[in-house]
Amino acid sequence: MCTVCGCGAGETKVEGEAREDSHEHTHVHEDGTVHSHAHEHGESPLGVHSHTHRHADGSEHGHAHTHAGEHAHHHEHGIAGDLDYGAGPARAHAPGLSQSRMVQIEQDILAKNNAYAAANRRWFDERGIFALNLVSSPGSGKTTLLVRTIELLKGKVAISVVEGDQQTSNDAERIRATGVPALQINTGKGCHLDGHMVGHALERLQPADESLFLIENVGNLVCPAAFDLGEQHKVAILSVTEGEDKPLKYPDMFRAADVLLLNKCDLLPYLQFDADLAEANARRVNPKLTIFRVSATSGDGLAAWLSWIEAGLEMQRGKRAETVAALQRRIAELERQLTAR
Amino acid sequence: MHEMSLAEGVLQLVEETAMRENAQRVKLVVLEIGRLSSVEPEALRFCFEAVVDGSIAHGAVLEIVDVPGVGWCMPCGESVAMDEVFGACPRCGSYQLQPTGGTEMRVREIEIE
Repeated sequence: MCTVCGCGAGETKVEGEAREDSHEHTHVHEDGTVHSHAHEHGESPLGVHSHTHRHADGSEHGHAHTHAGEHAHHHEHGIAGDLDYGAGPARAHAPGLSQSRMVQIEQDILAKNNAYAAANRRWFDERGIFALNLVSSPGSGKTTLLVRTIELLKGKVAISVVEGDQQTSNDAERIRATGVPALQINTGKGCHLDGHMVGHALERLQPADESLFLIENVGNLVCPAAFDLGEQHKVAILSVTEGEDKPLKYPDMFRAADVLLLNKCDLLPYLQFDADLAEANARRVNPKLTIFRVSATSGDGLAAWLSWIEAGLEMQRGKRAETVAALQRRIAELERQLTAR
Repeated sequence: MHEMSLAEGVLQLVEETAMRENAQRVKLVVLEIGRLSSVEPEALRFCFEAVVDGSIAHGAVLEIVDVPGVGWCMPCGESVAMDEVFGACPRCGSYQLQPTGGTEMRVREIEIE
């Protein structure tokens, strides 16, 4: 599959998106510049396509690249303002001159995903949106908990939801039944959502300023831990029908999360689950974890979880106010300069 | 964890660098994988071989540098060795450890010609 845009056949699908062969893409570069371009898939025999980019500094360049099932975007960035047509064959080595040498890369393997996530995070902060990434194993009650949370909060704040699953749009339909917009992303063979998919979801859902944005990740306690989506917090959900030692078995996820919801607590009287031991195990992996014991079915313990969300919304509103204030200062400064002329 | 995606991420960085340097072949790829990162080196090695097939890095040797885990123990107020993310301090037995080293997953360098 295309690891950049996730648009391979039988792979990632964003619900409702027409399956035409060309589409628009947005890229984020390491230096933080963002640009978008259209491209087409699979029409020429080698899957070669070319496109033009405009960079933040106003320079523009075009380049061709080849698809072989997946594509890597090779961007050559020249000095600002240059027109750069990429590393074409004309710049290839002269035969016989090749020599072996070491080239330093020193880059994080997840650098690309992290750049997409950082762009999402900036977008959320500028608009005062509070974004949560809900992670758990399948069957912990994530969707039921989401539905319950939405029902209790939708009168107070605008909410939109992204649902990640390998297949089906069942979860998005359950969320839509509550009256809030939801977008299903099917990851196909993929086992997690990534920053790029969520960026596309933002374009589609257009969440309101100062709203709550909930991302229900693919039910998987392993892979989603490593993929930042740009959320403010990862929220792990562990249900009491699982084992107390799950935080020790899957430590990466419980370390990546800031909040743990111990769900289905209404079942505790019928089970031999030691909730204190589960909490102790979770804190052993992540001493900073905030833990709430809840039951999405009975509603027990949800009040504390809701007030935690409301505090987060308040904090994001503060960030938006800062952005607005900074822009107003900038306008005032520019107007002052203009009158001085 | 998610070694196939990571292997694709590695190949992307390698291909970008190789193209920028006008390389014809990638002979060696050196990764640094921390012991506290969420990567299983053997699984990554397996996936790497699968994803480089047919690419400029086809047949490249993969060298994985093992970076030991280091954590800051709050009760001891010192850096100590850590073998697992949920491990205890080898000095005082506390679990109040914050990993400070060994969480990296990086492409360090490549050898090209």
